[in-house]
Amino acid sequence: MSTGILLQLAQTLLAILLAPLLMGWVNQCRAWLQGRSAPPITQPYRTLKKLFHKDAVIAHHASPLFRFAPYMIFACMALAAGIVPTIANDLPFSPAADVIALVGIFALARVFLALAAMDIGSAFGTLGARREMLVSFLAEPALLMVFFTASLISQSTQLPIIVQTLAHREFAIYPSLAFAAVAFWMISVAENARIPVDNPSTHLELTMIHEAMILEYSARHLALIEWAVALKLFTYSALGVALFLPWGIAAQGDVAALPLALLAMVAKLLLGGAVLAFLETISAKVRLFRAPEFLGTAFLLAVLGMLIHFLLEV
Amino acid sequence: MTLTYHLQIVNLLAALLLLISFAMLSQRRIVGLVTLFAWQGAALALSTAIVAWSTDQHHLYYSAAITLVLKVVAMPWYFYRLVRKLDVNRVVEPMINIPTTMLIGIVLVIFAFNLALPISEMSGTVTRSTLGIALACVLLAFLMMITRSKAIPLVIGFLAMENGLFFAATSATYGMPLVVELGVALDVLVGVFVLGIFIFQIRETFDSLDLKHMEKLKER
Repeated sequence: MSTGILLQLAQTLLAILLAPLLMGWVNQCRAWLQGRSAPPITQPYRTLKKLFHKDAVIAHHASPLFRFAPYMIFACMALAAGIVPTIANDLPFSPAADVIALVGIFALARVFLALAAMDIGSAFGTLGARREMLVSFLAEPALLMVFFTASLISQSTQLPIIVQTLAHREFAIYPSLAFAAVAFWMISVAENARIPVDNPSTHLELTMIHEAMILEYSARHLALIEWAVALKLFTYSALGVALFLPWGIAAQGDVAALPLALLAMVAKLLLGGAVLAFLETISAKVRLFRAPEFLGTAFLLAVLGMLIHFLLEV
Repeated sequence: MTLTYHLQIVNLLAALLLLISFAMLSQRRIVGLVTLFAWQGAALALSTAIVAWSTDQHHLYYSAAITLVLKVVAMPWYFYRLVRKLDVNRVVEPMINIPTTMLIGIVLVIFAFNLALPISEMSGTVTRSTLGIALACVLLAFLMMITRSKAIPLVIGFLAMENGLFFAATSATYGMPLVVELGVALDVLVGVFVLGIFIFQIRETFDSLDLKHMEKLKER
């Protein structure tokens, strides 16, 4: 039990500490692919450090919610990172939430971010919050459908059992999971404000979604939000790995497999980050009104996955 | 899951066929449509070859080869040439907007799966569970023909339907006799060429490939 708690702590801390590194890796790959000279991979840490040393400037009309929201968002993401199995499976914390509750945790963070954006009353904040809600209300059912497909195969909504079923049973090709994987990719792109839906590096008022919401934040609040964004990307990547490439995650109590699991995790994340950067480079941001179509396709794929599970795999 | 690996791969390819059908439904450009059609043919040929290999049905090899030559090489090449000659590769909005079409598509898939379930229970082949997917592909191709008004997408929809029927035959009864399949392949080939000539004629007469103009045909 005590090893379990230690492992849980180690895994959560690892996720929190490594998340900016993944962000740095994606940015570096993007820079390489676009022919720019890349910023160092530790750039997100430097940005965070700089932001933490600044004094916060807060609007006069800001309510306590505005100050409180960054802590809440960061806490939600840290909690989610603790639940998703990254290197070890079935840790003492994972029964706290199944996949449906996990979607709820993401939603909670999003609601606070949108509320904080509307709190100041600036036009941009409201605009960003509304757009974010438009994207997320379409992404959420699709995400649930993806989870349902995985749950139907393993007959449980608990992440440890899903990972256990997919990773440690006899290998089989699941066509439904292929559909779910593509859908999950599209959803995570939308949820993490990456390129076809939102551009993480733009401040152009007509197109930005996520950046519009955090425009009023500065210093430590901004740092926490940036960190939470990195953590969200990390958690989604870990979730994708756990659902679709679960091989290598150590089974419960299998301490000897941990170094290998860590290595496999790093390799998968490096690969995933590179693929993300590649896809971002070859695709253009779609118009906001095409975003529902993009997410509608994700929903369609997830539903198709479920239907195909009933037809081919029962 | 107690299926052998080649059957799992056939299932995966069947799922891929369905996915390509949906991609065709959502494709706005004609060249993209032709490329997707070629991919559908490739998936079809591969799955037929695997079924032939796993069940020792030698005539299916010929079917797979015919599919490969006709639907992956010859017809897409002909369509690419047609599109280039007619200069029609621009974004075409279908008559119903795409998300709605997709939702109708999902309903069709559910309908097809339900319809195929009792039929596939009667069939004795190892690939019978993919019959629902084949039926869904046929219905989706139908839907594509209904929602498009330009001539070339209509022809491609027709060919996609033929792909679906071919897949249904393979999954339900290990394909039709070789003579029938040769006949169908020839029919389709001739049909495509005749339709190609028609398309030129339609453009000559109406200065457009939009078949809505043909609704106005009346004797004065």
